[in-house]
Amino acid sequence: MQLKGAQVIWECLVREGVDVVFGYPGGAILPAYDAMLDYPIHHVLVRHEQGATHMADGYARASGKVGVAVATSGPGATNMVTGIATAMMDSIPIVCITGQVGSKVIGTDAFQETDVTGITLPITKHNFLVTHAEDIAEAIREAFFIAKSGRQGPVLVDITKDAQQSTAEFEWDDTPVRLPGYRPQYRPLPEVVQHAMDLIKKAQRPLILAGHAVVTSNARREVLEFAEKTDTPVAMTLLGLGGIPASHPLNLGMMGMHGESWVNNAIQQADLLLAFGMRFDDRVTGNLKTYAVNAKKIHIEIDPSEIHKNVKVDVGIVGDLRETLLELLPYVPETKHTEWRAHIDSMKGEVAVRDIQFLPDSGHLYAAHVINDLWRLTKGQAVIVTDVGQHQMWEAQYYRHEQPRTLITSGGLGTMGFALPAAIGAKFARPDADIWAIVGDGGFQMTAAELSTAAQENIKVNVAVINNGYLGMVRQWQEFFYERRYAATPLRNPDFVKLAEAHGLAGIRVTQRADIPSAYEAALAEKGTVVIDFRVEQEDSVFPMVPAGADLEAMIRRPTSLAETAADP
Amino acid sequence: MIHTLVVYVEDKPGVLNRVASLFRRRAFNIESLTVGHTEQPGVSRMTIVIDGTQTNVERVEQNLYKLVNVLRVDDVSSVPAVVRDLALVKVKANARTRPEILQLAHIFRARIVDASKTTLILEVTGDENKIEATLDLLRPFGIVEMVRTGVVAMVRGPGRIDSAEVASWSSAARKPAAEQEGDSGINHSV
Repeated sequence: MQLKGAQVIWECLVREGVDVVFGYPGGAILPAYDAMLDYPIHHVLVRHEQGATHMADGYARASGKVGVAVATSGPGATNMVTGIATAMMDSIPIVCITGQVGSKVIGTDAFQETDVTGITLPITKHNFLVTHAEDIAEAIREAFFIAKSGRQGPVLVDITKDAQQSTAEFEWDDTPVRLPGYRPQYRPLPEVVQHAMDLIKKAQRPLILAGHAVVTSNARREVLEFAEKTDTPVAMTLLGLGGIPASHPLNLGMMGMHGESWVNNAIQQADLLLAFGMRFDDRVTGNLKTYAVNAKKIHIEIDPSEIHKNVKVDVGIVGDLRETLLELLPYVPETKHTEWRAHIDSMKGEVAVRDIQFLPDSGHLYAAHVINDLWRLTKGQAVIVTDVGQHQMWEAQYYRHEQPRTLITSGGLGTMGFALPAAIGAKFARPDADIWAIVGDGGFQMTAAELSTAAQENIKVNVAVINNGYLGMVRQWQEFFYERRYAATPLRNPDFVKLAEAHGLAGIRVTQRADIPSAYEAALAEKGTVVIDFRVEQEDSVFPMVPAGADLEAMIRRPTSLAETAADP
Repeated sequence: MIHTLVVYVEDKPGVLNRVASLFRRRAFNIESLTVGHTEQPGVSRMTIVIDGTQTNVERVEQNLYKLVNVLRVDDVSSVPAVVRDLALVKVKANARTRPEILQLAHIFRARIVDASKTTLILEVTGDENKIEATLDLLRPFGIVEMVRTGVVAMVRGPGRIDSAEVASWSSAARKPAAEQEGDSGINHSV
């Protein structure tokens, strides 16, 4: 049938299973917006295009589907850059559709023209500039295919205004997409699987490093089966959390800079590391020269360029994690590593006494207590979306995730301002779920305008502001490494309760631990979005900590008593 | 060690930008890069020369494969291959030096493609070493201007790749005939 390019966009999105998009209109995308009204797609009007990309991202992370963000040319498109880069670093499938000036004026510095395919080239998995209506369908189909296959990632489709306005024959092609230069390898090669088996059989102190792929390739069952059959403990990356239940006896918890010391010490003492879909980021390895020098290493990874990138491994297996484990599982021997596991448990016991969650608050409101109490009150069942900083690390330490896709956080890029919009996106993916955005007072203010979006959409997300009056993580680094010279970290904040009220939303203030349960109940009772302003201890720090680039064993330990964590001596 | 990569790419606007951008952001060093058509419409061929002591060639290959428009990458450094660079060299020449330059040209099988009262242009073809050697000997006469095409390479014998494989990649082959000519309208980046 003959359709306008603008209509073709929505015809394609509907066929890709899209029912919600996050966007902001403008001149070059107006034809598409006009056509949108005739299609069964809900449009969420954001307050800034960065919010649209984070919402699409949060939607994708919560649902496993592709999230879609729409913006106009020029500033609309450039405002998306941070959100696209966030999705790229964490391999999140989103498709961004941007309007572009007419094809005849491209390259003339026309009003609101910007070279968005050029700008986003290094931060997208792929991008397209479409200048003819008849090419829109193919570009969108390929965009979705690329975004959600292989190592997932963001794809941008830039469509000129004249391509949206002109007419083309539309026929949906439902044959598999064929891209000769794009052939992700899902199944591992048999010979490398054999080589891996030899190492697995010999290992005395094996350890699984479970990354984001446990979630993205739906490998929960297979990872658990592998761990249980081989009696191998599992250390998690930040993005892996929830991939297997926190309560599972083999789950050690998070590794890396703010991981528990027993996890990092286990890595350093292991004789075999099984890296399951993780990428040996500097935040988990510390000093590469001293990283797990005693261990053989097997790396299962969908992206061949990640193998040997940071850590030289003994066996690199290119493949989808789930597919690869399915190949391995029939051959892995049932083993027991009683001694090794007892050894790790002994390290655990020593550390647990330092843990803040077991210590009294002594009248202070500690962020770790807030998050731990939220975990108890939500029975660990909420979807938590964090921002970036101290609260993010406390969340990773004190909210124990049992289910995949219940922790949504910007890991690779560390994007402040991510939480609120991503939480809104997650709510659209999981309307029945209890969604909590846990944000710092700094990051919250970067995208706080999206409270209007939540209010206009009449959706409920719970925003827990961990308000310490500082850019806390930076302040912590200044305390540890810059002689407490607090350059540009103290914040003078607005009244967040009033800010919520100004949006017609409820605001609650909490200043002591005893009030957390009642604040939680009050938040639940509210129909709409709620902001809770937790006025926490100002100069609290995240422990333990491996200083950037230090050896994993060289952790700054958690102080033994709360007195040591309190602000001024 | 110097590595020569033969890279087949889809002939889309912006593909050179994608490859160049990759080298830049991953901090890979390029010694030389050439690009041109192949026997198959829709498929272009790049020859990229990399210094393996500065840049990890395996990482370059893997990252090139991450580009959707990159079809195939072959490192031809360890197989017998014809490797050619072409240089045009304009040297100062007068009645006294001209015969000497012509003699050098003869030794290096360079062609004289232009002559004036004060200059000669030599066209030298060969691998890096031969061109460097020629330049070294011409330098004392005074090089006025010099330009090099960059290296192109081809594996000797039947090689590892056949025309059927190249043809299967062609986006022209995947599209209806009407779209084969001219601008397809999809620029994989500008």
